[in-house]
Amino acid sequence: MSNIGSYDERVKNFDWSISEKELEHKQDDVINIGWYCSDRICEKGKGGKTALIWEGHVGEPKTYTFDDVRRASNTIGAFLRGLDIQNEDRVCLFMDKIPELYLSFLGILKIGAIAQPLFSAFGDESLFVRLENAKTRAIITQRKHVGKIRKIIDQMPYMEHIIIVDHDGKKPLKDKEMAFSLEEADPVDNFEIFPTRAESPSVLHYTSGTTGQPKGVKHVHYSLISQYLTTKWVLDLQDDDIYWCTADPGWVTGTSYGIIGPWALGITQCVLDRGFSAENWYAFIQKNKVTVWYSAPTAIRSLMKAGDEVVKKYDLSSLRHLASVGEPLNAEAVIWSEKVFGKAFQDNYWQTETGSIMIANYPGMKVKPGSMGKPFPGIVGTVVDPKTHDPITEYGKIGLIAFKPGWPAMMRTYWNNEETYKSKFVKGWYLPGDRSSIDKDGYFWFVGRDDDVINTGGHLVSPFEVESALLEHEAVAESAVVSKPDEVNMEVVKAYVTLKPGFEESKDLELDIMNFIRKKLSPLAMPQEIEYIDKLPKTRSGKIMRRLLHAREWGEEIGDTSTLEDD
Amino acid sequence: MDEMGKVVLEYVKDEYLEDEDEDIDLDTPLISGGIVDSFSMVSLKRFLENKYSITIPDDKATPEAFDTVNKICALVKEFTK
Repeated sequence: MSNIGSYDERVKNFDWSISEKELEHKQDDVINIGWYCSDRICEKGKGGKTALIWEGHVGEPKTYTFDDVRRASNTIGAFLRGLDIQNEDRVCLFMDKIPELYLSFLGILKIGAIAQPLFSAFGDESLFVRLENAKTRAIITQRKHVGKIRKIIDQMPYMEHIIIVDHDGKKPLKDKEMAFSLEEADPVDNFEIFPTRAESPSVLHYTSGTTGQPKGVKHVHYSLISQYLTTKWVLDLQDDDIYWCTADPGWVTGTSYGIIGPWALGITQCVLDRGFSAENWYAFIQKNKVTVWYSAPTAIRSLMKAGDEVVKKYDLSSLRHLASVGEPLNAEAVIWSEKVFGKAFQDNYWQTETGSIMIANYPGMKVKPGSMGKPFPGIVGTVVDPKTHDPITEYGKIGLIAFKPGWPAMMRTYWNNEETYKSKFVKGWYLPGDRSSIDKDGYFWFVGRDDDVINTGGHLVSPFEVESALLEHEAVAESAVVSKPDEVNMEVVKAYVTLKPGFEESKDLELDIMNFIRKKLSPLAMPQEIEYIDKLPKTRSGKIMRRLLHAREWGEEIGDTSTLEDD
Repeated sequence: MDEMGKVVLEYVKDEYLEDEDEDIDLDTPLISGGIVDSFSMVSLKRFLENKYSITIPDDKATPEAFDTVNKICALVKEFTK
């Protein structure tokens, strides 16, 4: 029996107080996500239950009970408090998917500070831009990533503490650096948790837009209310499940559904900190008897590419519910998963700004391969006309996805960018920036972004960020970045560049530019193809007409070229 | 270690190892070990193609084929014959 039961009945009778009652939260009460994810589960008598099964590249797997998580997060919280980290200070988490990442996330929340998880593959420039915007006070990292921080530390006078969780003493620590070992620290059993309230800031996640720098999406502790219930009703997590969310906590899926949702429900989850391989993944599912698996279309397509024979080598019969997020899950992948796993991956849709799942397929509800599903109970969603922003009533007509504001996990602002935050709300609707249509049964069908942001492997990359970084390469005079189609990642970054005098087009230069961006920004932002061009298409006012290049890549109609600068 | 192994190993160390103290050998798992992710694999493929004047078909450029320096060399040799 699924947690949600009848979707239609839930929609009819819905109120967010359902979640509040289950969490025993009343208005004006103290609410702290760190406490909910550890202490409360222990108080409910489940301290001895396994919270985390972790496996890395090397060494033995590690297991943590909820009591271990409670104590470890207390210990980290106490350490940070000892450094005088205050309520609402930003503390960055810049680690691979190691246990300290998950435990520190809760520790930061327990002291009322703001957790700022960042993808550990970010290069120094990507890292700096995000730390600078947040004026981050401390960063918790590993020795393998310290080099990137050292490159930028002189530009960050506000950064006071660089906390290295795996310092081995072989090399001296530098200014502002300190070692902290969870294993060697005195565990803290009793800890005074900061009395955060519903609107107290909790997490700052960065997301990329078309123009400008990445934006810091501010979430609050009250986001737990929708994160908890969506975990329960969409992911259908039940007390004896073994859950695997493959997302990295540097991205919002990895915090909302890789930490907060499952642990607030007291669910055992697994984490695999290893590079992708189909064999590794299936072996992990078999070994841990994973029952609920939340992954992403890029990974699913990579598994498809690895072939059906690999699947047959493993016993995956434990799997009972599969879900996917990040970009639309193509019908072919849905059908394939039903064939090989006996269960279809159920697509759902949401974003960093929404904090929790907004549109989904639900257990027991008919899956239409290729559709995102229907709005979560309590979410009023529609598509609106791009010009008038009035709801479209015609089935199948494409418009902008729109939601009525006010669900618990809705972002509260973009950090230091209230103006851009306000621009997301038009005529009483929140606009995520995606286009969709709705069919006669109320299912949403994703069409694409409404802007130039590139969605590669389920992660948003800003063309502006990549273009700006390209201009820092000694050979590049001008650049334009667009997406190009990709079988596995849906789209990947492609750059058109003009060269400065004295530089010649070559394959070696192309590789040099690619590696330059990979190291400066991230592997995701690295152009997978660079095309040399004599002149970028521009309007008469000098604006690069990216859409012409985009149309060329996607085989689309070029459209109006009346503003194109003459040759 | 043959010349190709040396060249590829040095390139991976220079381009993809973040930790100066970390050492890898011809059989260190690169992809499954998290040293080279699937996006970075594209640049490694490009290096091999440029260096050895070959084209590696996309369907051969799998995480499994790129998982160690030895496997990479075996793949390159397949296309340099």
